[in-house]
Amino acid sequence: MRHLIEPEDLTLDEILELVDMGLEMYENPKAYSKVCDGKILASLFFEPSTRTKFSFDSAMMRLGGNVIGFSDAETTSAKKGESLADTIRVMGYYSDIVVMRHPKEGAPKLAAEYSSVPIINGGDGGHQHPTQTLTDLITIKRFKGTVDGHNVAFCGDLKYGRTVHSLIRTLARFGSKKFYLISPDELKLPSALKRQLVERYGVELVEANYMEEVIDDIDVFYMTRIQKERFFNEADYLKLKNSFKLTREKLRNSKTDMIVMHPLPRVNEIAYDVDEDPRAVYFEQSEMGVYVRMALITKLLEVGPYARG
Amino acid sequence: MLEVKGIENGIVIDHMKAGNGLKIFNLLFSSIEHPVVLLMNVKSDQLGRKDIIKVENTFDVDMNLLGLVDQNITVNTIKNNLLVDKKKVEIPKTLTGGIKCQNPRCITHSDDYAIPTFTLLKSNGKLEYECNYCEEITVYKL
Repeated sequence: MRHLIEPEDLTLDEILELVDMGLEMYENPKAYSKVCDGKILASLFFEPSTRTKFSFDSAMMRLGGNVIGFSDAETTSAKKGESLADTIRVMGYYSDIVVMRHPKEGAPKLAAEYSSVPIINGGDGGHQHPTQTLTDLITIKRFKGTVDGHNVAFCGDLKYGRTVHSLIRTLARFGSKKFYLISPDELKLPSALKRQLVERYGVELVEANYMEEVIDDIDVFYMTRIQKERFFNEADYLKLKNSFKLTREKLRNSKTDMIVMHPLPRVNEIAYDVDEDPRAVYFEQSEMGVYVRMALITKLLEVGPYARG
Repeated sequence: MLEVKGIENGIVIDHMKAGNGLKIFNLLFSSIEHPVVLLMNVKSDQLGRKDIIKVENTFDVDMNLLGLVDQNITVNTIKNNLLVDKKKVEIPKTLTGGIKCQNPRCITHSDDYAIPTFTLLKSNGKLEYECNYCEEITVYKL
């Protein structure tokens, strides 16, 4: 039995295989519409989520399976003080696979220690969000032809953005040697992660204060939301928020085949007029999340394309 | 000169840097029932001054915790007045308990099933441990 707690739980070959299987399911969804017949996904969201929860629910339903679960821990026995380990042990009797989101970092790892069914981490605090990374990679493959070999820039909140941390580490594993980091000083990539990228993977990190400085060299532009509450005062936030806002004007100097990604929700960091630009792929990115999660569910359940024997 | 007689059966924790004896006593021996003696500021050729702890009638001691506090320590096991074993502690490569994860959002702070466990990352100058649950780095400070 396998779990997916962090991207490192998958080998690079397995990640590529999931990305390709997700693209195959995107191209031929009908062929896979019954492979999870009779299977149940428990969708345990101890904190709210829109895309991740519905993306998983949709993925399981598109595979012909069923979904049970909750999206508010207030309505569960966790509220009564039940330990996560007990909740998970019971869920093993009610379902065949579990996806969970939890505010505490490391909670999915604890769940995996006590679970009799595969656990998928749907996000644990600011720590890991491996299926977002798979979503990002399938999007890059769909629009750029390959997962690696591109100049990737990350912009916005690089300090707390777990999607950035997971993706940059995974791309480094694939051999990417240079990343552009565009963020305010308050929200720079954590130094421990920088150290890991440089020491373990030999990566070069190019930090910029403005996207205009580097945008002409970028193939994949990964935007993230800057949250007001990350700043000490509103004046700093107001001063900086437009510096990290992508507009049609700023796109003018970028490559014609660059892609703009965003894990969503977007607030104001990408102007609405960018949506019409063919380089904007963030809604398709959400769409691809369903298909790569379909591939992941079948892999962990060992059904359909991953059936044994 | 102050004299403390040897023990018949038990352990002698030797070569503690002066000052560490009380820390270790408080961590490991402040509430045990066996006879314990803590010697402080004993003259030492190697260290100048050192602390020593002698515990009678037990052979159990958390070598990991000792290694965490003071890597110079040796633990002597005495049986029937004879020295039967002498071990030097090492910096523990993994830790279970002993320290708390410094990440307040870590599951180890809120779920009794999540026993804090750590893996040593760096030991030059300061001891850096990575939490096996949340991966945050905790620098060991006593």
